[in-house]
Amino acid sequence: MTANDPSPNHLQLTRDGQLRHFLTLDGLGRELLTDILDTADSFIEVGERSIKKVPLLRGRTVVNLFFESSTRTRSTFELAAKRLSADVLNLDINTSATSKGESLSDTLLNLEAMASDMFVVRHSQSGAPHFIAESVTPGVAIINAGDGRHAHPTQAMLDMLTIRQHKGRFEGLKVAIVGDVLHSRVARSQIRALNELGAEEVRVIAPGTLLPRDVEDLGCTVEYDMARGMKDLDVVIMLRLQKERMEGALLPSEREFYRLYGLNQEKLALARPDCIVMHPGPINRGVEIESAVADGPQSVILNQVTNGIAIRMAVMSMAMGGQMAERQQKQTDSEGHRA
Amino acid sequence: MTALMDINQLLDELETGLRRILEQRGIDNPVLIGIRTGGVWLADVIGKRLGIEQPFGELDISFYRDDFSRIGLNPKVKPSSLPFDTEGRDIILIDDVIMSGRTIRAAMNEIFDYGRPASIILATLIDLGARELPIQPDVVGHSLALEAHQRVKLRGPEPLRIELQDSGQ
Repeated sequence: MTANDPSPNHLQLTRDGQLRHFLTLDGLGRELLTDILDTADSFIEVGERSIKKVPLLRGRTVVNLFFESSTRTRSTFELAAKRLSADVLNLDINTSATSKGESLSDTLLNLEAMASDMFVVRHSQSGAPHFIAESVTPGVAIINAGDGRHAHPTQAMLDMLTIRQHKGRFEGLKVAIVGDVLHSRVARSQIRALNELGAEEVRVIAPGTLLPRDVEDLGCTVEYDMARGMKDLDVVIMLRLQKERMEGALLPSEREFYRLYGLNQEKLALARPDCIVMHPGPINRGVEIESAVADGPQSVILNQVTNGIAIRMAVMSMAMGGQMAERQQKQTDSEGHRA
Repeated sequence: MTALMDINQLLDELETGLRRILEQRGIDNPVLIGIRTGGVWLADVIGKRLGIEQPFGELDISFYRDDFSRIGLNPKVKPSSLPFDTEGRDIILIDDVIMSGRTIRAAMNEIFDYGRPASIILATLIDLGARELPIQPDVVGHSLALEAHQRVKLRGPEPLRIELQDSGQ
């Protein structure tokens, strides 16, 4: 395996298959995804203690590098890093360096000079975390916190954790993802994770204008009619409708969208009675989901937020652990070489 | 691999030793915590022998290990579970084997993140010596010195047995 191998896994995994960056779910097998979920389960227990902190990343510096704004994702990453005992630096790049004309590479060089051990990266351009992972100093872990329309792997994994908590399994589950799949990095990562973990059917429900071309190739079935799509569902995941899409002529109107694809109690009643309702947040009440459903007994939206902290703790500690084990291995190898 | 030592005799030793120390210290309501995996099996057995009704705690020390920076995270970590409030309690901490003492250090650090116990008594089934930290068990089933090519392991949970592995080098 060479350094310029194009497959993401030579970038993401160490020689012995440990995580060292977390950029995409592509190429990660069921066993590793299950390890992430199991590790997160243990971190959920840590979150219930009187001292919600473990010493794994003590003395390490984690930089939250957000080139695109976010409240929930950034704060759960921050809390996750702090509960692992890391020192955390939050950088909102929109408003700082790049506006002064500094290039991405220069910003990174400066942060590396501050002896950072991990960058959590959100960027509006697909592939930015990969680019950083390729150029960063060895030993520094990169975590993708959402890049363009490409991937949002920690969000997908916290959703998987939530599904497993409520359903106990993936086999035999019918899961639908509803809404703006076209612009959604969350949906792409979810479809990938659900297929890898063995869900029976992943269904996308949306108007044709909000679906990517050849969407079936991602590993899902397509339904344009929501009433038909709700049938037999175990899990329904609503996507956020970004209001600016309304102006792009992809949709007739907000009201029309809600009438056709908004989730209300009548439509939810068409799914299985124990169907859970998920949403990556922030929710637009009355645009994609009715308040009675968002706050109702089948909603697990707030569980998703709690699980987000545990998943991020799992991914951060696994990637940092992989980096450190690899460094140790290299040291041992070079000592063996000299001897 | 040979089975060595009568497990019941070692458990008798542990039980007697623990009864003695509990009496000396005037502790009448202790709680048990076992360290995964062997310590948890032992906590189950010893709890029954001592007649402790409070369900025992299970500790997975993976998040507290001092070799994280060398080998990374144990991928098979399970949640710890302490089904009682540790604050002000007298704890009996049990593990199958003590050697360097690093596991016990990690376990005590973890216990203190749940609260401040009144006391901790350390009981181990087998003491292999070779300590690297100033940590000593209060009660030991059996002390043993191994050759470099020997390993000892508790198998279980049903039946519990001790295995001596010899790589024969």
